Amino acid sequence: MSRRLLRGAAWLGFGLFFLFPLYAMADFSTRNLLAGGRTLRAWANLVVDDALYQAIVVSLALSALTVIAMLVLLVPTLIWVRLRAPWAKGLVEFLCLLPLTIPALVIVVGLRNVYLWVTYFLGESALTLTFVYIVVVLPFAYRALDAALAAIDLRTLAEAARSLGAGWTTTILRVVVPNIWPGILSAAFISIAVVLGEYTIASLSGYQTLQVEIVAIGKSDGPTSVAASLAVLVFGFALLLALSLATRGRRRRLTTGVTE
Amino acid sequence: MTTPGVAVELVELTRVYGTVKALDGLSLRIEPGELVALLGPSGCGKTTALRILAGLDEATSGAVKVDGKDISGVPANKRDMGMVFQAYSLFPHLTVLDNVAFGLKMRRKAKADRLSRAKEMLELVGLSEHSHKYASELSGGQQQRVALARALAIQPRVLLLDEPLSALDAKVRTQLRDQIRRVQLEVGITTLFVTHDQEEALAVADRVGVMNRGRLEQLAAPAELYANPATPFVAEFVGLNNKVAARVSGGTADVLGTVVPTLPGSVASGEGLAMVRPESVTVTADPAGSARVSSVAFLGPTSRVYVTLPDGEVIGAQLTSVAARAFAPGDPVTVGVDADGVLVVPS
Repeated sequence: MSRRLLRGAAWLGFGLFFLFPLYAMADFSTRNLLAGGRTLRAWANLVVDDALYQAIVVSLALSALTVIAMLVLLVPTLIWVRLRAPWAKGLVEFLCLLPLTIPALVIVVGLRNVYLWVTYFLGESALTLTFVYIVVVLPFAYRALDAALAAIDLRTLAEAARSLGAGWTTTILRVVVPNIWPGILSAAFISIAVVLGEYTIASLSGYQTLQVEIVAIGKSDGPTSVAASLAVLVFGFALLLALSLATRGRRRRLTTGVTE
Repeated sequence: MTTPGVAVELVELTRVYGTVKALDGLSLRIEPGELVALLGPSGCGKTTALRILAGLDEATSGAVKVDGKDISGVPANKRDMGMVFQAYSLFPHLTVLDNVAFGLKMRRKAKADRLSRAKEMLELVGLSEHSHKYASELSGGQQQRVALARALAIQPRVLLLDEPLSALDAKVRTQLRDQIRRVQLEVGITTLFVTHDQEEALAVADRVGVMNRGRLEQLAAPAELYANPATPFVAEFVGLNNKVAARVSGGTADVLGTVVPTLPGSVASGEGLAMVRPESVTVTADPAGSARVSSVAFLGPTSRVYVTLPDGEVIGAQLTSVAARAFAPGDPVTVGVDADGVLVVPS
């Protein structure tokens, strides 16, 4: 009984700790600072303010592009390393984790020359940030995907699929991917969270992403800036909730054991 | 239902991993519809041979021929071979029925055809009522039966079994072993069965090949292999694990006071070690006997009676448990040999 009380108190404490800032943000973003009372003007600005709306679109597009490119790059690479080049595992892990150790400022300075070519070929679209963001999300995505691949008997499943007539692409898409789906969702959602929260690189590179726009708006319109921040946070929570719900049934199916 | 068997030939296969020679010029021909078991200890190259035949590994040199055609360069997914793995290999995200139908889907068979074929295969292995379940809801034995159904569903030219029973408990092993043989005979498919279990190999195979250090030491029918092992390694691997001092002369050997004909490959004359299987050793209670019972191990219907000879050597005799009840550690006994022939190797 006392244990249950303790657990309840802990849940309440953690809930208040995490929810109170959100409540405060919601409160501030709906406050009419001039006339008093409540208003949804700041929330309406998320779609009415053209610059902010464009920044939201750019950030969401960047998230989507980064996730797609990251998965296309990382999933086959990690499968290949595990099946055909286990000797390269350490090297790939090192390369994937490297961005964690390099400050964003250094990355921007280092990439400046590379981006001269990128903008020369692809124009000055903010979407070219995808290339940098792929590198930035690598450490997080690598961990999620590597853990998912380690949890299955990849070699046997791949060989079974091959012996049944599946080519490599079919083996990856129809056998491996469905069995590492929770890891793929984790990698994708963590990457989205990282991209939506990234400020330094976008700002120093001169691109107007959501975070850059939130900071700019915050200098003149606090409630709108806070509303945008809260929207991003809620979006992140919704993604995590979706991840949990989407993988729950699958996790249960993969782990239910039966005795002989 | 019956798949016409094809001949399979491994020609001078060599596989080198760094400095290790996993296969050292292995040659083997499997006749159409035949089940050959490759038997040997871990690391002898039997699984490597099977994987090369499946296209999952590449030979350093040599050729793989199926139905007379060299398929060495054909990728695994084009070889048309069904395979059951040692590890459970069902796709966890698919139901049993979808697992069995997977290979047919890869062959772009119509949905109705593949479902009907998958159901037919599940009936063959007696698992029709589990078709809607996932792998995690099946026992190990059931999973391997589904894997067998899945391998057979594509009507492969060759069936490859890579120690499919090694992860199962004894009772399920025996049941599934017999089922595999029944299904193989029913379908008539050429089959290569890899195992390290002597009893398993002798029970299911038309011929058994004993491998050692990447080479085939002997390939023969189970009875022939058991009665006339060609080398000491084969003799030891098929259960002739008593080594008893013997004197050879004129094609016979004096073993434990019994004169027994020697098998081909034995030393021509002089001292040697006779390889005698436990069921060929006789033990008789004898108060004047110079040997002593050292222990008795109960194995169910049979028991193993270990006897210490006057020279200190210990040999094992396999008796019925009823007969073994007459012996206790320390009892004086006399031992003899009751065999049609023995292999005598240099001591």
